[in-house]
Amino acid sequence: MGLEEKLPSGFLLSTVEAAAGWVRKASMWPATFGLACCAIEMMAVGTPDYDIARFGMERFSATPRQADLMIVAGRVSQKMAPVLRQVYDQMPDPKWVIAMGVCASSGGMFNNYAIVQGVDHVVPVDIYLPGCPPRPQMLLNAIIELHKQIQTTPLGVNREAAARAAEEAALRETPTHQMKGLLA
Amino acid sequence: MADDNSVGAPLPQDGSARQLPSGSDRGDEKSSGFWSDLFAPVAGFGVSFSTMFRKVATEEYPEKPRPTAPRYHGRHQLNRHPDGLEKCVGCELCAWACPADAILVEGADNDDSPDGAGRFSPGERYGRVYQINYLRCIFCGYCIEACPTRALTMTNFYELADNDRGKLIFTKDQLLAPLQEGMLQPPFPMAEGMNEKDYYRGKVSGPTDGQREYVDARDARIDEEMSQ
Repeated sequence: MGLEEKLPSGFLLSTVEAAAGWVRKASMWPATFGLACCAIEMMAVGTPDYDIARFGMERFSATPRQADLMIVAGRVSQKMAPVLRQVYDQMPDPKWVIAMGVCASSGGMFNNYAIVQGVDHVVPVDIYLPGCPPRPQMLLNAIIELHKQIQTTPLGVNREAAARAAEEAALRETPTHQMKGLLA
Repeated sequence: MADDNSVGAPLPQDGSARQLPSGSDRGDEKSSGFWSDLFAPVAGFGVSFSTMFRKVATEEYPEKPRPTAPRYHGRHQLNRHPDGLEKCVGCELCAWACPADAILVEGADNDDSPDGAGRFSPGERYGRVYQINYLRCIFCGYCIEACPTRALTMTNFYELADNDRGKLIFTKDQLLAPLQEGMLQPPFPMAEGMNEKDYYRGKVSGPTDGQREYVDARDARIDEEMSQ
């Protein structure tokens, strides 16, 4: 991503990792991608009742250029998918995605030709949040989970090693077409 | 908030100024008083200042979450009879009722024969495979309405976010209620002298000695096989 990616591993990188993780998680600006009823709950999280500003998300960014986190709130139609991808591409690195609600996560009850069956077909998703719609506390919980994930994200050579390990683990897994039940 | 009003929006001292200006005297509005004029530019700060002493409305979620409604539609739970046998009979009515197709059930026969797979529920069949896909489930509760044995209910738990689609498909071991004090781990036979109907009439209040002996013998046999 930047200079921090080229640092040598060892003591320096481990310290920088912790500092970078802390800074990244403590000031994350969400880009609004409200598409349906989940967006109402997302707006509720911005109100004083739940107060997303407590998590360093003071401002819902109206422009993807100044956002780090995309909260996809609502069902994504096939026509909206390219728009979603473009907004994601316009966000600067590092960036994260929360699929809020069952429709964004997997298509939910709209298992039909019009709805993308999960935004992970279009963009990489970091946190899936069930619920229809999820209550504001559930979104806060998802954000806290994402914070934990960001805090422990490795950088530089460690990041490459982690990506390799994840890929090898994925190759060892049972392929989806051989899975039984709902996993199929 | 009546006293806040006096800080935030100073009322005119003169009652006559409240009258709507007619067409002729619109231009010569009277000044509302010396003090009001003096503090008018900063009156808005009074609202901010007085807010500092008000009760905070924010819910401190991760530390002090507010309780949900008593009948909140949260995560599911598969219940047990008082002796530990499962209530689910594998009828798949929940899966049929589900509008999002989020539930998968595979039933299997209970088997009381000595070499059989054992008995997991009082009835004829039990739910061998039970999965709920929480990325499809919309928490509508139709499955709870459909369940004929009250095996499936919902809890107030809602913190379900995860980073993997596979992890959000909950399997039977995650959904089954934990064994309460005194309950036994299935499979084991029904209480002596009781049949399926007696279980639903509430005549079984806990495991009998016969059931305990069966489970102890079963566990001893499994331990023996494991050690070999």
